[in-house]
Amino acid sequence: MAYGYYPGCSAHGTAKEYDISTRKVCVKLGIQLEDVADWNCCGASPAHATSEELSLALPLRNLALAEKQGLNSIMTTCSACYNRLKVAHETVKESPETLNRINDIVGEPYNKTLKVTHFVNFLFEEVGLEKLKEKVVKPLENVKAACYYGCLLTRPPELVTIDADPENPTIMDGIVEALGAEAPDWSHKTECCGASLALSRTDIVVRLSGEILKAARFADADCIVVACPLCYANLDMRQSQIASRHGVDYSLPILFISELMGIALGVNYDELGIDKHMVSAANMLKEKGLM
Amino acid sequence: MIYQLNANVRNFGETISELSGVDISTCYQCGKCTAGCPVVMEMSHTPNQIMRLIQLGLKDEVLSSPTPWLCASCETCTTRCPKEVDIAKIMDTLRILALKEGYKRKEPNVVAFNKIFLDSIKNNGRLQETKLAIVFNLKTLQFFKDMMLGQKLFKKGKISFSNDSIKGTDAVKAIFERSKGFLNKGER
Ligand code: SF4
Ligand code: SF4
Repeated sequence: MAYGYYPGCSAHGTAKEYDISTRKVCVKLGIQLEDVADWNCCGASPAHATSEELSLALPLRNLALAEKQGLNSIMTTCSACYNRLKVAHETVKESPETLNRINDIVGEPYNKTLKVTHFVNFLFEEVGLEKLKEKVVKPLENVKAACYYGCLLTRPPELVTIDADPENPTIMDGIVEALGAEAPDWSHKTECCGASLALSRTDIVVRLSGEILKAARFADADCIVVACPLCYANLDMRQSQIASRHGVDYSLPILFISELMGIALGVNYDELGIDKHMVSAANMLKEKGLM
Repeated sequence: MIYQLNANVRNFGETISELSGVDISTCYQCGKCTAGCPVVMEMSHTPNQIMRLIQLGLKDEVLSSPTPWLCASCETCTTRCPKEVDIAKIMDTLRILALKEGYKRKEPNVVAFNKIFLDSIKNNGRLQETKLAIVFNLKTLQFFKDMMLGQKLFKKGKISFSNDSIKGTDAVKAIFERSKGFLNKGER
């Protein structure tokens, strides 16, 4: 049975490597992904800041298409997309009136049959840590990988949480440990990076992301692991600006969870797209004997 | 600052409660929302102050505040509020109402960003990041913003000018036309 896959807009631009490495890793795990055909953007923050109906209708079209395609589930790698898809799904599940209203707007009926998941809880639930451990061929020994969850994977907890504890989630830590790495406890797991303000108030993003990098350094992390293209964009692409503003060059590699998995599962470095990062992970990986 | 209480005190609070579906009367000003807000440093009114101003019916003060536009929608406040007030949802409601009623934009770049983002989806069904960044810089007159970054991204193969449109662009356009909001009217 194939799992529905919703790549999201960043998969075609700034987070290409997240998409590339996710597909590679799924092949290694024997998981068949099927893209939702003709998916559209989930609307992200601009939609919910502008019109509630729009913020529900844009994700719901994708859910309706996935259903029509015969899929039982839809998995996405982007925390923002996951948040919007899951909130839309839960909202219409609770209110038949809203479902009818939004179905009319979309023009395709959604019957609420899908399971909506994020890559991280998909790994946890559908693959499981034991199976993951078995598949590891190159354990990530001596790598201290700080897991960064950000906002949209964990909040609001009654609708989207991937972990029982929204203030101190550990689900990604479990995955990273299954790969043989160490996941340190640290202070900024769920602090906001400023996501939606990336272009409009870059100064705020530079401040917030700088604090996250500083905290990870303080925890002696070798890298930060992320599960969202927006977190990645802010933490990786803004590092040179953070360096000029804070006077500290953290040079901290930011890795997608799928990339870290790819290395541990024995996918070739060149096939993972890691060289597309602004902050190179090559030195760190060489130092740890992983490349 | 001296506030003049408005005769429509109750009305404004009720309007916000009605539009957002969040009961604003239960907020008891503990300040927990503000304590965890990542953007509070840049805000003129803190989230708990916004809540109090709504309760007091100070509509103009609230709707002309930059605070809702600076809110990053991180949902920390909503998650932590002991009275289960969905403050992030209220921030959405305030943005929508401020646009509808034509309040002067205190954070024009945020408003411009949202509009360009949504226009891109309306026309193509998907967001085209490269075009979003270019149009945003042109419209907000920041021609050289992130140019160095853009060059580096280009070298990494992450800048794309190709049209990433979907087949169902008409279906997506129809969603925009049918959604209640302020997308096809007035200033937008
Ligand atoms: S946390 Fe809730 S109750 Fe406390 S001030 Fe904020 S909105 Fe009011
Ligand atoms: S959702 Fe907005 S107001 Fe609430 S904590 Fe986050 S940034 Fe602050």
